[in-house]
Amino acid sequence: MDWNLLWFVLLGVLLTGYAILDGFDLGVGIVHLGGRDDRERRIIMNSIGPLWDGNEVWLVTFGGALFAAFPEAYATAFSGFYVAFMALLAALIMRAVSIEFRSKLASGLWRGWWDTTFCVASLTASLLFGVAVGAAIQGVPLDRRGILRTSILEQLTWYPLLIGLLTVALFAMHGSLYLRLKTGGELRDRITRWAWRWHWAFIALYVVATIATIATVPHADDNFRRFPWAWGVVVLNVLAMLNLSRTMKTGRPMQAFVSSGAVIAALVFLFGMALFPNLITSRPEPSHSLTIYNAASSTGTLKIMSLIALIGMPFVLAYTAVVYWAFRGEVELDEHSY
Amino acid sequence: MDVVTLSRLQFALTIMFHYIFPPLTIGLSVVIVFLKGMHLRTGESIYDTAARFWTKLFGLNFALGVVTGIVMEFQFGTNWAAYSRFVGDVFGSALAAEGIFAFFLESGFLALLLFGWDRVSNAMHFFAALMVSLGGIFSSVWITVANSWQQTPAGHELREYVINGETYVRAEIVDFWAMVFNPSSINRLTHVWLGAFIVGAAFVMSISAWYLLKGRHEEFARRSFVGALVLATVSSFAQLFSGHVQAHAVAEHQPAKMAAMEGLYETTTAAPLYIVGWPNDATGTTTGIALPGMLSWLLHFDTSAEVQGLDELEPIYGKPPVWLTFQSYHIMVAIGMMFIAATTLSWLLWWRGTLYETRWLLWFWVTSIVLAIIANETGWVTAEVGRQPWIVYPTIVDGVAVGGLRTSDGISESVTASQVLGSIIMFGFIYIMLFVLWISLLHRKIMAGPKIPGEHAKPGGMADAAADIVAHRDGLASPTEDR
Repeated sequence: MDWNLLWFVLLGVLLTGYAILDGFDLGVGIVHLGGRDDRERRIIMNSIGPLWDGNEVWLVTFGGALFAAFPEAYATAFSGFYVAFMALLAALIMRAVSIEFRSKLASGLWRGWWDTTFCVASLTASLLFGVAVGAAIQGVPLDRRGILRTSILEQLTWYPLLIGLLTVALFAMHGSLYLRLKTGGELRDRITRWAWRWHWAFIALYVVATIATIATVPHADDNFRRFPWAWGVVVLNVLAMLNLSRTMKTGRPMQAFVSSGAVIAALVFLFGMALFPNLITSRPEPSHSLTIYNAASSTGTLKIMSLIALIGMPFVLAYTAVVYWAFRGEVELDEHSY
Repeated sequence: MDVVTLSRLQFALTIMFHYIFPPLTIGLSVVIVFLKGMHLRTGESIYDTAARFWTKLFGLNFALGVVTGIVMEFQFGTNWAAYSRFVGDVFGSALAAEGIFAFFLESGFLALLLFGWDRVSNAMHFFAALMVSLGGIFSSVWITVANSWQQTPAGHELREYVINGETYVRAEIVDFWAMVFNPSSINRLTHVWLGAFIVGAAFVMSISAWYLLKGRHEEFARRSFVGALVLATVSSFAQLFSGHVQAHAVAEHQPAKMAAMEGLYETTTAAPLYIVGWPNDATGTTTGIALPGMLSWLLHFDTSAEVQGLDELEPIYGKPPVWLTFQSYHIMVAIGMMFIAATTLSWLLWWRGTLYETRWLLWFWVTSIVLAIIANETGWVTAEVGRQPWIVYPTIVDGVAVGGLRTSDGISESVTASQVLGSIIMFGFIYIMLFVLWISLLHRKIMAGPKIPGEHAKPGGMADAAADIVAHRDGLASPTEDR
């Protein structure tokens, strides 16, 4: 059994879970300022009220699993992108506290400040996640030890920024589709219009990003030659996207939301395909890359962690299901709401 | 300043701010489980009222614990990359277990606890409170295990691994359970839990005592106070015992830390135990008020036994910062003793029926939450500063330290001093803001008080009456004010 490969896949699963779940609540944050009055904004914020914290645990667990399974990659990525990670931390903190603090005081100035903070922080976090994915696909200059020593300015080129924008559009669309499930009436009609706008923005950026990837990233398609079945996922991705457009038109909000979740899952898969077997691709010196083999913990540890995951994951899925079930349906503001 | 010092400062800042919240939420969650259980059993509405009130405060504390906690996980990689490479195989798996077993449990049921009052049954809601509490306790298990492994490593081997043809060394697990049950895990975990229970109890007593002093919500306050007093008393006495066992373990496994804790510069027979003191590195002596021979007695049950000092230990272990270790340890112990005295006295007065009239003692309990948090923080300062200069403690073989990792060798290879300074300033600003908001929101919630059916506020004075009016007005302006 190839335990390293298993953990590459499991990290992919965690990342997919995170991108789908926190993807919609980051998206809700991005479109939050579209709410016209206090009540609308409270509905929008409370649509994720009980859920955002659990969603973020997927990121925390992804981080912990990366640390445990591939410590070299964890150490290199987190220290190499120091400034970006600090900005991400600031964004995640400000986002969380804006949900917690916003409705605690009645003052319009206070609420306006936290509304704006919520939006800007969600936008920043989404952008940074996308930039990280873009930088990983493009490759970064690792030294012989597998350490990244460049400044933030050298890291920020147009390609990662493009992927960052793509992620913002994707999450905003995903979040709007989620909000359609949680709202009603005139607000819902307006949210549907936002969803369409972000949907077109996403498609446009997706086309540009695909062309850019093929044109500028060498070897991005290597794995498709090795694993021809992977083309199936590309087809599924396109089908999910078409189904998304179709169900938005025919007014099936749940199907549209699930389809956008499927699009996200497919995109995370393609990201994995662009990397494999690397975790951090080195460029211009590909032999310095950190792979799932040279960056990994010992096989013994990977086995122990597999057991932990095997025991733990069914519980995780059960809790997630229970919570989403308990808070299904339209948002109702009550004394426990934010 | 250099990267090592700055990274240590940042870690101290972020972990100490974070650590205000985990003990508070763990301790408070135990109180909430008790109240929910009692409500379920007796059906008395006072328990429901109390559970709702404390859960509201719990939610705010929990949110701050979560946001400051994410920083901690990222920081191992951002600031301590070399350390992460060295310990990833051991430490990482404990951290991943924490995520999978504890955080998901906690966050999932937290949603039901905070927002599910009208959505799930009473029994399910009690279950959710229980699971949140267990989740908190589980997470303390894994992180304390990981930290204990750094203090007293076990179950691992140093092994070589290869990247690009170069060989490096790191710690790898060979025996998972030996790593989990390393020599200090159980002691330290007990100590951490008891510390958390004391903080939770002190939080409840602090607010209840204040209500009693102001003559507000008196029935609610008396019940909460006595319940928490039970928890505080049991935990404080147990903590004395746990602390003693802990000190023995430190003396055995980390004697240099023990020497620093008691400011023992030279190996001494009949070593004294300081009540208060001032270690001076320049002269190599500690001055203060001491009980002669007591340290020897506590460690060896013999007042004339020899205790090793830093003169013998420094060449082997290196020298930890003595003054800081000494003072933080003594502050922790002093606060612990105060809690033992205050809980005992409170029971005595309770038995004589004059507890609630003894205003100075109630005022002591109002401040007790600050003291409890300081004791938890200084305890950790003792543990972490006292193990310097090591980030992973070495094993001593024939008087030579082998296999550890020095703190100065653990920092990120590629991070510069100006980057760390920048992030310290950023965290400084954010945390000051969070602290001010946290305190002011707690204050508002405490002012607003529990929603007791049929109770009308009995203002204790002009200022309180004014405060009540303000709280009432804000309540009207914003029905959401209390979540």
